[in-house]
Amino acid sequence: MPAAVSFQHVSRHFGQVKAVDDVSLDIAEGEFFAMLGPSGSGKTTCLRLIAGFEQPTSGHIEIFGETAEGLPPYKRNVNTVFQDYALFPHMTVGENVAYGLMIKGVARAEREAKALEALAMVKLKGFDQRRPSQLSGGQRQRVALARALVNQPKVLLLDEPLGALDLKLREQMQEELKALQKQLGITFVFVTHDQGEALSMANRVAIFNDGKIVQAGSPADVYERPCSRFVADFVGSSNVLPPDFAAAHGGTHAWTSLRPEKIRIAAAGETRGHGQFAASGRVTSVQYQGAITRVAIDVNGTRIAAALPAGVADIQEGQALSLAWAADSLVAMEPA
Amino acid sequence: MRSEPGATLPLKAAAVGGLLFLHIPLALIILYAFTTEEKSFQFPPPGLTLHWFSVAWFDRPDIWGPLGLSVQVAVLATLIALVLGTLAAAALWRATFFGKDSLSLLFILPIALPGIITGIALRSAFDIMSIPFSTWTIVLGHATFCIVVVYNNALARFRRLSGSMIEASMDLGANGPQTFRHVILPQIASALLAGGMLAFALSFDEVIVTTFTAGQQATLPIWMLNELIRPRQRPVTNVVALIVIAVTFLPILAAYYLTREGEHTGGSGK
Repeated sequence: MPAAVSFQHVSRHFGQVKAVDDVSLDIAEGEFFAMLGPSGSGKTTCLRLIAGFEQPTSGHIEIFGETAEGLPPYKRNVNTVFQDYALFPHMTVGENVAYGLMIKGVARAEREAKALEALAMVKLKGFDQRRPSQLSGGQRQRVALARALVNQPKVLLLDEPLGALDLKLREQMQEELKALQKQLGITFVFVTHDQGEALSMANRVAIFNDGKIVQAGSPADVYERPCSRFVADFVGSSNVLPPDFAAAHGGTHAWTSLRPEKIRIAAAGETRGHGQFAASGRVTSVQYQGAITRVAIDVNGTRIAAALPAGVADIQEGQALSLAWAADSLVAMEPA
Repeated sequence: MRSEPGATLPLKAAAVGGLLFLHIPLALIILYAFTTEEKSFQFPPPGLTLHWFSVAWFDRPDIWGPLGLSVQVAVLATLIALVLGTLAAAALWRATFFGKDSLSLLFILPIALPGIITGIALRSAFDIMSIPFSTWTIVLGHATFCIVVVYNNALARFRRLSGSMIEASMDLGANGPQTFRHVILPQIASALLAGGMLAFALSFDEVIVTTFTAGQQATLPIWMLNELIRPRQRPVTNVVALIVIAVTFLPILAAYYLTREGEHTGGSGK
């Protein structure tokens, strides 16, 4: 079975700027695939290459086994949910959703019925006669989703779909998108700069930096075993330990990632078991965050941040503190 | 409670004076379309009559030719401007290239240039190319500044269109012409209508460029100029002036209301 989307050494250059630089990736059918990266990392250009708004400078793109480069967007069986939704303001919500079907020449009665169905699917029953300007941001987002899904695309592309929504709404939409994707079985490819969103929604995540994919894998993979300092920093927060420090505290002589939640407080005079290591220093910051408290200590110039469960200890800035961790929490990384 | 101090007395007087200066001549034109006395414009008019309207309508066939020509020229110039102005605005809307600002200045220039320069330039150009003066040379002359009005209006509206809307349309299966018809045109239509009306009004009362680009024909404004130089039945000229005011003012008013929502109607001042 061919991959839903396949990139083979794809590059897209804008003059001197290598927006996408020799990217190869396969997205399997039915996957919920996240492209994660900071702005300007090439993730959105990759999405636009799949949609057909950009053509590769070099390389080869296949969508379900068919060559995609050279095909304009209107000849591809993929649909996009745009970051700004891009609803047509002069049409009603119903007409917006039915637009793709109207262009395909589907008869009025049938396309209206399908539009209503799609609106019901995104929980917007009864909104078909409204104008986009009469809807809230979250509702517009749902219309954009319905407008794309009504065409039964083979791949649905989502460009920062939740970026403009407030936190509560975003969490709710995350769940709904996930449920929709399961229900429909369509391959979803979504672009985000929000690592939490990528980790919680996707089956697989590709992390972009400088036009390249630096790591791809399951959310647990990229979180637990970041391959580079960039990934460790960008996906969640992490202590990036220099090689010398790591070697002295249970790791190998390499740049090493240590997640803050893997760290605990070492009690005074405790005997540490096999594979347990500790470091002591002065507390430089304490941030109370409800469920956890973030504490950072300075160990001879190396900053170690820990996320401690709420209520484990009363810690003051400036006091001495020992933190402990297991050696297998240390993940050696490439230096880059 | 007044939150702002009122204008000072001299300022008020200046404002009233300015308004009177602008509008008394217009009022006189309108007033003398109704006077009963035709030889000299004595004030106040000895009496008021609608007689000259009937004279203009029934006894002066020489009005109809220029009127017809003016309408014909204005319609053609407006149509040319609608097509070319929209295309130019569409081309420059999202493009970025070296010299773009200079290029858009070149589009606006015809309306900033004194009409006499445009006129002389066009006349020389037509002469060099051995194009005989005709209705079409007038139309071309008028189109130079009509395009500006449509271009400005269309560009202002294009800027409000989000670029992703066009991508969305193509994403949903529409090709270029379908996207233009279903997404772009409905959204720029009122701006085009407004621009077209302004262009029509500009062309309809244009004198200077017309003088340079016309052959033997006279448009309505030219006819009026001739009438003022060699008057007969003077109030008839005022009646025609009233018609010109109506024909040009109403479209401008309509254009104003059509584009009032948050954008300017560029270049209405030729």
